[in-house]
Amino acid sequence: MPSAIAFPVTTCPIHADHRGIACPAGDFWIDPWKPVDTAVVTHAHADHARPGSKRYFAAEPSVPILRLRLQKGADITGIPYGQPFTLGDTQVSFHPAGHCFGSAQVRVEHAGHVAVAAGDYKRERDPTCDPFEVIPCDTFITEATFALPVYRWDDPAQTADDILDWWLDNQARKRVSVLACYALGKAQRLLGMLAERCDARGIARKRVFVHGALDPLIGVYRDAGIDMLDTWKLGESGRAKGKVNPFRGELILCPPSAIGSPWMKRFGKATEVDAAMASGWMRVRGVRRRRGYDRGFVLSDHADWNDLVRTCQETGASKVYCTHGNTDVLSKHLQELGIDAEPLETEFGDDDISESSVESGTES
Amino acid sequence: MKRFAQLYDELDRTTSTDAKLRALRSYFEEAPLGDAAWGLSFLAGQKIKRLVQSGTLREWARAKADLSPWLFDECYATVGDLAETVTLLTASSQSGGEAEELGLKDWVEGRLLTLRGLAPELQTANLDAWTEGLTQTELFMVIKTLTGGMRIGVSRTLVERAIAAMVGVDQAVIARRLMGEWSPTEAFMHRVFSQDPADAERSQPYPFFLASPILPHESVENEPAYVEGELGDPSRWFAEWKWDGIRGQLIKREGEVFLWSRKDDNLTERFPDLTDPAARLEDGVVLDGEILCWDFDAWLPLDFGTLQTRIGRKALGPKILSDAPAVFLAYDLLERDGDDLREQSYEHRREQLRQVVDALVSKRVFIDESFPVESWRGLEALRQTSRERRVEGVMLKRAGSVYQAGRRRGDWWKWKIEPLTIDAVLTYAQPGHGRRANLMTDYTFGVWDGDEPGQGELVTVTKAYSGLTDAEFAEMDRWIRKNTIERFGPVRRVEPVHVFELAFEGVRASSRHKSGVAFRFPRMKRWRKDKKVEDADTLVLVREMTTV
Repeated sequence: MPSAIAFPVTTCPIHADHRGIACPAGDFWIDPWKPVDTAVVTHAHADHARPGSKRYFAAEPSVPILRLRLQKGADITGIPYGQPFTLGDTQVSFHPAGHCFGSAQVRVEHAGHVAVAAGDYKRERDPTCDPFEVIPCDTFITEATFALPVYRWDDPAQTADDILDWWLDNQARKRVSVLACYALGKAQRLLGMLAERCDARGIARKRVFVHGALDPLIGVYRDAGIDMLDTWKLGESGRAKGKVNPFRGELILCPPSAIGSPWMKRFGKATEVDAAMASGWMRVRGVRRRRGYDRGFVLSDHADWNDLVRTCQETGASKVYCTHGNTDVLSKHLQELGIDAEPLETEFGDDDISESSVESGTES
Repeated sequence: MKRFAQLYDELDRTTSTDAKLRALRSYFEEAPLGDAAWGLSFLAGQKIKRLVQSGTLREWARAKADLSPWLFDECYATVGDLAETVTLLTASSQSGGEAEELGLKDWVEGRLLTLRGLAPELQTANLDAWTEGLTQTELFMVIKTLTGGMRIGVSRTLVERAIAAMVGVDQAVIARRLMGEWSPTEAFMHRVFSQDPADAERSQPYPFFLASPILPHESVENEPAYVEGELGDPSRWFAEWKWDGIRGQLIKREGEVFLWSRKDDNLTERFPDLTDPAARLEDGVVLDGEILCWDFDAWLPLDFGTLQTRIGRKALGPKILSDAPAVFLAYDLLERDGDDLREQSYEHRREQLRQVVDALVSKRVFIDESFPVESWRGLEALRQTSRERRVEGVMLKRAGSVYQAGRRRGDWWKWKIEPLTIDAVLTYAQPGHGRRANLMTDYTFGVWDGDEPGQGELVTVTKAYSGLTDAEFAEMDRWIRKNTIERFGPVRRVEPVHVFELAFEGVRASSRHKSGVAFRFPRMKRWRKDKKVEDADTLVLVREMTTV
C-alpha cells in the first residue's frame, strides 16, 4: 500500500467491472452478468444468478432453487450461512438477506477490509426465510429498488389480512380471486403468510390453485419444511366446463404475465374475476391503474425507503455503493447524512429479465 | 367522510361496471342528503377552485416527512400527482380513520372551504389538526380537494345510470337535471331525486348528442370505400361542416338568454356579442351549435387560438371584442315554444331551426348549412376542401334520426380530414401523470433548423404525450432510462436517435415558443424505426404549414 496515502487505511477489495462485481484478490465475481470462472451468487432471481459460469458458490438453502434456474449440471457449492471459506486471498461468507428463501449477503474480507454485498434484501418479517442480519463492514453495497420516501411498507401482517379479507369477500360473492405475484419468493411468502393469518384468526385453511410456473418453486420450499397453504397446480389447458364455474370463490396465484392473457379464460367471464397484484410498485396508484388490476396490495420483498437508509447506517460502513433502482437518490441522501455514497453501475434490475422493474411487473 | 371514502375505495378497487353501479347506488341510498349533494358534485366532476397553494401543501408535507426539497421533488416526479405524493409521504399507516365521524358536507363546508384566503400558517395548522389519524384514502381526498383536482374515476353516464335506477326515471332525465350550473345543496338533491320526469330548471341545457369518429384509426387506405361500407346508401345521410370551435347551446327561456358549453361551463357572461343579439330570439328555444371567432371579411372562422383568447377572460374590453368577434353557428334546434323537439326527426328540427334563425336576422347567429349526400366520392372531394374552409372535416347525420344524449354510435359521425404530419426527433422525455406515473411518456421533439434534413441543430418544436401503444411506451421507457445523457430534475435529455411521425391539426406562428411555431393537438402517429435522425424534417417545412 502506498505510504503517501494516510486514509483509507484499508482498500476495498471489490469493484464493478464489465462482468459484474469483481473481487480480483479472490478471483471471483459476485452475481456476474457475464460468464466467469467463479461466481458467488446472492440469490436465485434471474438478474443475479445467470447461467454460463464454470462454478458457483451460494448459500446452502438456495442450492435447490439454483439447480432449477442455472444450466443443467452446473457446478454449485452450497455453504451454510455464517461459515467462512477461502477464495484466493479473501475470506468469504454468506449471511441471510431476508429477500427470499436462501437469499444471502456476501461478506468479503481482505487485508483488514470488510465489504458486504447485500444483493436484494428486506427487513420485514417473512415466515419463509431467515431474517436479515446486519453485518458490520467498511464498504456496503446496497440495492436501491424502492429508494424513494414514498415507498413505505405497511405491517405485512396487515397486508396479509387485507388479502385474506379480499379473498373471503370474493368468496362470499362467488367471484374468482386471481392474485399476481412473482414466482420465486413472493408466491411462497403469500402462501406462508396466509396460512399464518388463517390460523391466527381461526379461519379454516383452504387450498390455493397455482399457475404451473409457480409450482416447482413451491415444491422446493415445501421440501425445506416451510409451512404454507396447500396448493393445487393448474394444468396447461382446460377451461371451466359445465354450468357452474368451478373456480368461484377460489384463490389463484399466477405470475403477472398471466393476467389478461388467454390463460385467464378458464376462470370464466371477466366480470366474474377479480384480478389483483401483490408488489411494492402497487404503492403508486397510477402504476396499478395502468396495469389494469382491480386491487393492488403493497407487499414487497425489497426494503422500503426507511429500511434502506437504516440498514446503511446500521452496518457502520464508511462507504456505500448503491445498485439498481433509484441509486442516485439514495446516494445523495446518504451523503446528506454524512455517509460517503455513490451509485454503482450494474446490470441488476435489467428490465427484460428482472424482478425489480415496474414495467416487467415480475418483481417484487 | 367515511362513507364517501368507502365509495371512493369501492370504485377504485374494481374495473367492473356492475360493481361500480352497485356501489354508487348504495351510496346515494345511504348517504344523508347534504353529504350526497357534495358526493354527487365530486362524482359529476364539479370543480372547487384551489383552496391552498401547492407550494404550501408541498412545504407542509416536506416538513412533516422531514425531507430535503430535492427529495420531495424526486418523489413528486415519480408519483406524478401532488396530492398523492403528499398523501404517501404523510399518511400514517396505523390509523383507523378520522377520530370522530364528520359528514362530507361538514368536512367541505365547515372545514376545507374555510381555508380559502387564510394565511399559509393557519392553513397548515388546521391541516395538522384535521388530518390526524386519517386513513390514506381520507387524506388523499382531503388533499385532492385542496389542490382543486378532486376527481373520481367514474364516468358521468355511470353516475346518471345509478341515480336513474334508484329513482326510477330515464337516464336522460337525470342527465338533464345534472346539466348546467347547480350548487350541492339538499334542495338540489330533492330535485335530482324527484320522480317527476318533467322537473327541470329553466337555465338548464340538454345533454349534448356527440358524434363518433368514423375511422377507428388513421390508417385506412381508401376512406370513401370504408365510409360506404360503414354507412351504406349515401342518400340516407346529410352532411354539415365540422367546425373547430366550442360546442354550445344557446337558450332563451322566459325572456332570459343562457349560453352553455359542452363542458358545462356557463358562458353567458363571456359572450355578450352573442347573447345580446340572441335576446331577440323567440321565447322558449334551445339552439345547438358551435361558438367560433369569425373573420367577417373572408367569411371564414378565425383559428382556435383566437377563440382561446376569449375563454377564461372575464373582463372584455372593446379591443378583444373587435379582434375576436364571436358567432354562433346553429345546426340543431332542441326546443321550440318550450316543447322538447329531441324526439323529432333531423329534417323536422332543421326546418324549425331555419324558421327560428331566419326570423332573428343577425350576422352573429346564423345557420350552418346542411346538404344531402349524393355520393361518398363527391363528399370526399368536398371534404378535401376542408383545410381551405378552415374546418376539420365533415359531420354525417342520418336522415330521420332523433337527438340522443351523449356519445351514441350510429346516427352522428364525424369524418375528419387527414391530420398534417412531420417526422421529428425525440430529444427530451419526462414521466407522465396519473395512469402513466413513473413511466416516461411525455416527450419533446425537435426538427432541423438548417435548410435540409440533417443540417444545423435540432430545435424543439412541440411536445406530445399520446398515440403510442402501451407496449411501445414500455419499450421507450426502458430505452430512455438507459440512454439518458443529462437530467434536469424529472426531465431527461436523451440520445437523439428515435424518429416519430407526429400528427397535428395545424401550426400557427407563436412568439412564445423559441421555434416560433405552436402545434394544435400534436400526437405521435407512428414510431418510425425505419428512419434515421438525418431523415427528420426541417423547421422550414413546419413554417410552410403555418396557417393564419
